[in-house]
Amino acid sequence: MKQVFGRPDALTDVPTHYCPGCTHGIIHRLVAEVIDELGVRERTIGISPVGCAVLAYDYFNCDFVEASHGRAPAVATGIKRVLPDSVVFCYQGDGDLASIGAAEIVHAATRGEKITVIFVNNAIYGMTGGQMAPTTLPGQRTTTSPRGRDVESAGYPIRVAELLSSLSGVAYIARVSATSPANVTKAKRAVRKAFEMQIDGKGFSLVEFLSTCPINWGMSPLEAMKWVDEKMSLYYPLGDYTQVPEVG
Amino acid sequence: MGEKVLMKGNEAIAEAAILAGCRHFFGYPITPQNEIPEYMSRRMPEVGGVFLQAESEVAGSNMVYGAACAGARVMTTSSSPGISLMQEAISYMAGAELPCVLVNIVRGGPGLGGIQGSQADYFQATKGGGHGDYKLIVLAPSSVQELMDLTITAFDLADMYRNPVMILGDAILGQMMEPVILKERPKQDLPPKTWATVGAKMRPKNVITSLSLDPVKLEKHNLRLAEKYKRVADEQVRYKTYMADDAETLLVAYGTCARIAQAAVDIARERGLKVGLFRPISLWPFPYDALQLTAQESLRVLVVEMSLGQMIEDVRLAILDSKPVCFYGRTGGMTPTPREVLDEIEKIVEEGI
Repeated sequence: MKQVFGRPDALTDVPTHYCPGCTHGIIHRLVAEVIDELGVRERTIGISPVGCAVLAYDYFNCDFVEASHGRAPAVATGIKRVLPDSVVFCYQGDGDLASIGAAEIVHAATRGEKITVIFVNNAIYGMTGGQMAPTTLPGQRTTTSPRGRDVESAGYPIRVAELLSSLSGVAYIARVSATSPANVTKAKRAVRKAFEMQIDGKGFSLVEFLSTCPINWGMSPLEAMKWVDEKMSLYYPLGDYTQVPEVG
Repeated sequence: MGEKVLMKGNEAIAEAAILAGCRHFFGYPITPQNEIPEYMSRRMPEVGGVFLQAESEVAGSNMVYGAACAGARVMTTSSSPGISLMQEAISYMAGAELPCVLVNIVRGGPGLGGIQGSQADYFQATKGGGHGDYKLIVLAPSSVQELMDLTITAFDLADMYRNPVMILGDAILGQMMEPVILKERPKQDLPPKTWATVGAKMRPKNVITSLSLDPVKLEKHNLRLAEKYKRVADEQVRYKTYMADDAETLLVAYGTCARIAQAAVDIARERGLKVGLFRPISLWPFPYDALQLTAQESLRVLVVEMSLGQMIEDVRLAILDSKPVCFYGRTGGMTPTPREVLDEIEKIVEEGI
């Protein structure tokens, strides 16, 4: 009998600690499926962030390094410069990448580091209990913006895909979500393309996932999916953001 | 090999790293160590290595973390304010037991401070610097030849013990020129890096992390690190003495200050004063036992530092109040002269301390 569906080799057979309704699990799976399909598991090194995905090294079945907060792109640079034939990916959240690690991600992108970044944007600090993130929407309530994010005082959310797409070292950037089967299919295509860009030596690639945090958003999993579709994706439109500018 | 050349201290460090097989350098410009990244940017491509100018010391030290994870011999260099920025990565590398070489060409502080030579980063280097229970191996050269030799040694110690090793120099050592002999590196029997994250080919995956949420496990890990540090302390104590056998006044100084103190010893001896020098070369592990033994017959100890007195605390721990421990230091990038040290010697001898 032909097996048509199973656990990817690049995932371990352990239950994750992620909350119900969070899309980290789906995103892990998509990355693992792509690693399997490209046949690169044995030369892949992942880097986990500080945040909800800090234990990603327990769930992926490939070599893994845990980086300090925000520094995954710098750690990835060190690994890739030693092992140019390896496949290196960072898995980072929005606090990790867009706040404390803003310098590292910008410079890894502009250097055109041949790495792939899976950027999980859920508009909040999940692991620490729901504080305001650099990606928290205007008016969104968090434990450190209890009256809603006031842009006069807290500033505006950062659109990472748009920001990084202005840099010449970028080979591919897309923003996706995992809120429906159709979106998951599109997301997988984007992850695959991002890894292919790295393997082909084209430059820096990043896939931004709009993700959910039902616990800290105070929503049911279904409401959270709906909030991504109806609120988040208005501020953060899905699509391809690759625009490698002409170098003049 | 065996060739004698005139080299600047900073360049000697860089060439020593190449001789030691270092092929990955990540750094960020800061005075007074810029000759190192400049040298590396020229030299690394010639030997098939990688030079990368990082966007900050924070990023550079985390690139070192990554390169060490991948099993490379890797180095970064900086000066005091930059080394402060690296403390995060240093703590992580100590926790994850990653070998690497760090060079601090110390300048005057605190804050942005100045750019002249200083020894005010002794505490930071030897007592932690970053967070958590850990130790760096810290070596203090006092000549350009030693900058070269100890840099090579640093790479071997890092691999031998899976620990970051720091070369603690200063602006004077980094900028001075002296003849050095380029030596063949003695063959070392070093453990294979089976733990490195180079791809899980034909083996279970390797994971490098300093995270341990279970305090029982973290305590066990820290106790294992403590055993390693004890082994280092038993095996890697380094020091030199100069005319110390019959010294009534024993000077204790390292690095640049040891050169000044040695000049003061020579003048004092000409004047009939029995003065000697004890020079710690490994600042961690500090040569407590050797210093205690050397100081046994002397009447007093004078610590000379380019700081307000930091190593003096370790000297006191070694001497255990068995005799007076005096201090002479200059701070903020000022350098003591042999004459000043001699005056201090004469003063404490006269006062009958």
